[in-house]
Amino acid sequence: MRMLRSVTIGQHIPGDSVIHRLDPRTKILSSIFLIMLLFVVKGFIGYGLVALGIALVIRASGIPWRFVLRGVRPLIVILVLTLTLHLFMTEGRVIFQIWFLKVTWEGLIRGLMMGTRLVLLIIGTSMLTLTTSPMQLTDGIETLLKPGKKIGIPAHELAMMMTIALRFIPTLLEETEKIMKAQMARGADFQSGGITQRAKSMIPLLVPLFVNAFRRADDLAIAMEARGYRGGEGRTKLRELKFQRLDVMGLGLVLAFALVVGVFF
Amino acid sequence: MSQAALRNVSVEIGDGEFVGLIGPTGSGKSTLIQHFNGLLMPDSGKVYVDGVDLTRKGTQLRLIRQKVGMVFQYPEHQLFGETVLEDVGFGPRNGGLSDEAVIQRVEEALAYVGLDYEAIKNQSPFELSGGQKRRVAIAGVLAMRPAALILDEPTAGLDPEGREEILAQIKQLHAEGGMTVVLVTHSMEDVARFVDRLIVIEQGAIALDGTPVEVFRQAARLKEMGLGVPEITDLMHELKAHGLDVNTDILTVAEAEKEIIRVMGWQT
Repeated sequence: MRMLRSVTIGQHIPGDSVIHRLDPRTKILSSIFLIMLLFVVKGFIGYGLVALGIALVIRASGIPWRFVLRGVRPLIVILVLTLTLHLFMTEGRVIFQIWFLKVTWEGLIRGLMMGTRLVLLIIGTSMLTLTTSPMQLTDGIETLLKPGKKIGIPAHELAMMMTIALRFIPTLLEETEKIMKAQMARGADFQSGGITQRAKSMIPLLVPLFVNAFRRADDLAIAMEARGYRGGEGRTKLRELKFQRLDVMGLGLVLAFALVVGVFF
Repeated sequence: MSQAALRNVSVEIGDGEFVGLIGPTGSGKSTLIQHFNGLLMPDSGKVYVDGVDLTRKGTQLRLIRQKVGMVFQYPEHQLFGETVLEDVGFGPRNGGLSDEAVIQRVEEALAYVGLDYEAIKNQSPFELSGGQKRRVAIAGVLAMRPAALILDEPTAGLDPEGREEILAQIKQLHAEGGMTVVLVTHSMEDVARFVDRLIVIEQGAIALDGTPVEVFRQAARLKEMGLGVPEITDLMHELKAHGLDVNTDILTVAEAEKEIIRVMGWQT
């Protein structure tokens, strides 16, 4: 049951580095630039430069390398799969051949590029969640989405939903553990059996979990209304987001870097 | 959560005992009882059930869990079945019993908690009242015919009538079925009236262990821990402090009545 505790969605490591101090909007926009850049870049030199850029950011954030690299671990299966598929499925100059499986030069290169792209994508975006608290993150998203209100994007509601979802991840994990134990005390077995057997054994876990989640949601809604929550209209904030000199510089730097690397490599 | 949960507990509970387990919040009650059926395993130390060492590799925990029934806090939060029959029968079905045997177990278990099998078997457990849900959930554990029953605050959140009913049924299981019962609770009144032996746990260690009368003599020590004694016992201590020579080993209102009449020399 330990595994339930090690789920690291939206994990945040508090700190006081330059990266931590940046406005969340700066970091969100930078992450978006990074994602676009990764899909534009065509060659290994470009990827190398992006990797260098990310490395500099990690360095500046003061977050331990192993923490950042750990985020890649769940991806290993997908990485291997991507590499193998590209390796065997791409037509081109054959390096060697096992029976009907041809390994091509082009496949190798494309597989490696796809893999690198994935790894950089995960590491780069994980820097956003690692250095930004969930509160700041949702605040940033809300402010960024605000202009979208005119075309019907419910910015505040989306942000509030995210905050609540993040807040309830640990609660639900705890609840899952409790229910699992209670059912195990009644002889339930969650580990053995084939796929259908296992799926079936999940019913006594999932039904109470959902029932309780709805009950909790109801309670929460009432508690929020009791404290005067009426949606985002006219709601003020304790901490207003403010762009600072640092943010302008940071954003400028990232933008310039993305343009140069994107255009030339 | 890397701090030490529990430490030097050492406790033996005999067959057929009715034990109350009390302790301040965070003293380790819930952690301790989860060791009794192998839901938690100690990092060091041993747990024996009927002479079987749970910590040994290869121990059939499933058999142990059948023997030691565990009713968690708010057990109705674990209900899942479409019908009461399905839910209460979950334990016996996991034990591999035939359909008829399961039905028989369910009937029996529902009778123990004072519910009518025919009337309730096809209802959805989610449509029942709070007290009924709680009893269905307890029946789900009883249906495994455990030799020992561990209950973690079985009366939390129930109205006085519901509390009385559940406690009376537990008492009956103990008295008539000879079941070993461990009752974890915050209510001094409940333990005073029902248990034969009271274990007080504080910071992972056994602080006091004895009959309720013996334990409640240590009123000052209990208060220090943030616990207390039953209100009526408290009253007797107060009377004594004000110079009335009463016996303070009193746990119920009826006993107190008799004692006061005796000391005052009133005629009845």
